[in-house]
Amino acid sequence: MELTPKEYQSMVEKASDPSPLWKDMVVAFLSGGAICLFGQLILNGWKNTGLEQKDAAAATSITLIAIAALLTGMHLYDKIAKHAGAGTLVPITGFSNSIASAALEFKSEGLILGTAAKMFTIAGPVLVFGISSSVLYGVILYLAGMF
Amino acid sequence: MREKRRGMATIQFANPPQIYAWAAVGGKKESQGPLSHAFDMLFPDTMCGEKTWEQAEMHLQKCAIYTAANKCDMPVERLDLLMSGDLLGQCAASGYTARGCKVPYAGLYGACSTMAESLALASCMVDGGFVETVCACASSHFCTAERQYRFPLAYGGQRTPTAQWTTTGAGACILGPAKDGASVRVTHATLGKVQDYGITDANNMGAAMAPAAHDTIRTLLSDTGTHPEDYDGIYTGDLGEVGSRLLCELFERDGIDLTQVHQDCGTMLFDSHQDAHAGASGCGCSASVLCAVLLDELLEGKQKRIVFAGTGALMSPTTVQQGESVPGICHAVVLESGKGTN
Amino acid sequence: MDYVKAFLVGGVICALSQILIDRTKLTPARILTAYVVAGVVLTAIGVYGPLVEWAGAGASVPLFGFGYTLAEGVKSAISSDGVLGIFLGGTKAAAGGITAAVLFGLLTALIFKPADKS
Repeated sequence: MELTPKEYQSMVEKASDPSPLWKDMVVAFLSGGAICLFGQLILNGWKNTGLEQKDAAAATSITLIAIAALLTGMHLYDKIAKHAGAGTLVPITGFSNSIASAALEFKSEGLILGTAAKMFTIAGPVLVFGISSSVLYGVILYLAGMF
Repeated sequence: MREKRRGMATIQFANPPQIYAWAAVGGKKESQGPLSHAFDMLFPDTMCGEKTWEQAEMHLQKCAIYTAANKCDMPVERLDLLMSGDLLGQCAASGYTARGCKVPYAGLYGACSTMAESLALASCMVDGGFVETVCACASSHFCTAERQYRFPLAYGGQRTPTAQWTTTGAGACILGPAKDGASVRVTHATLGKVQDYGITDANNMGAAMAPAAHDTIRTLLSDTGTHPEDYDGIYTGDLGEVGSRLLCELFERDGIDLTQVHQDCGTMLFDSHQDAHAGASGCGCSASVLCAVLLDELLEGKQKRIVFAGTGALMSPTTVQQGESVPGICHAVVLESGKGTN
Repeated sequence: MDYVKAFLVGGVICALSQILIDRTKLTPARILTAYVVAGVVLTAIGVYGPLVEWAGAGASVPLFGFGYTLAEGVKSAISSDGVLGIFLGGTKAAAGGITAAVLFGLLTALIFKPADKS
């Protein structure tokens, strides 16, 4: 009897082990929570130096991004992320890792065409759609303010 | 006209070419695996003293080719033909390696099935009387494959349980007309048809390739009138755990029990604790397992007759992004020990 | 207390995101992009601001927080600069993060060497 793609698809689903969701979720919760707790520590630290809430938040982002880039260069971020999953992907540190890792990886094609050109291969869409959606929000706000 | 053709798609060599010598080269993870003792050369530093990962892969190929040639006292420059392939765009590792070899070169792309493809075609060249000595070679490197197909190495991603680990390694065989009875010979070759059952998950290559392996092996068996039990082993290239499971299930549907003789190079190369998930993959996987283990066992007569069926997934990063499914391919060769068969 | 809140809220956001990784075929780039846009939307409808207020870094450190920064920036720039704020506000507010990512990415490439995974 001929095998149809649909039949094969269900065979594949049966044969493929799914990711261990509950275990992954627990690890993501703990690691993601830990990064945010660490972020809160930094945030309070910057506030104690006398920075305003907004500036302290920006300084916190900068600090976390710097630490994540350093860990990426030392090849530790990917080792942690292998277990942490979303716990290291979703925080701003994951954004930093995606940029620093691409910058480092494509260094072999030169600083201009490699590092600089490919730095945003993963993170680029985040900026494109993040900024564009904020502009859209601004347009709506502005129009709403006119009436 | 087709006197060497058997059945649907199988070539039966009139004078089965002999494999004079072979060599397997591996990287760090391979050196920590269960087959480490069998490699001719291992590089704990996978950069192999070069400046880029691509150069490192060329270095692996070069080492495999020169070591194999050395073993049968054949200067590389005296080869009539080099047939090699790898996973890089434009088959770069092979082309650049051939640049240094200064012999006629034919580049091959069969994704991870390349070793079986090059063995099959090299055997045709020998049996056809077109060449006296030919080298068949294939390589892959974890780092070159990652940066081309997936993410930067330092990127923090999570691999799914079905994902496979690209082998850092190469294998090379030197073939020619049979000289003495005792060595390994290539008796049949079946070039496979591309099969696509609509698998789109690029992290489940085994599933994409299993139908191709099933089709080619079934064709080989029926064309030659043989059964699985006529072989000491049927070795697929890099189906991994998931693909191997599916292959045996597909044969079960045909009423054929493959589980007794089937083994997969992808599940042989690494231990389960090596974090390779569903197993090894890449051209270097089947190439290095063949040259490190299988050919030695045939030479010693531990195995009399085996099927070596390289499996490949023929997608590109571009087609995957465009939403295309992953087509699979499988090429098989029958290898016979010179010992005890005559 | 704000440490507990940051840990819990940040942890829950990451744990829920793990479902997207494990049970959908969404690539990380798609997930991150969706999160930034979702951050903008949640801020626009007035949900995310109070959460940041309550959970601090627990809400601002996950990538939703980047969308929140962009949206809040646009909002306050419009009230001060008018129509030009639509263009200036978002990236101005997020300038620190974007510049840091570019600079430290470049430094990483300059200082470190690529290495194999094990």
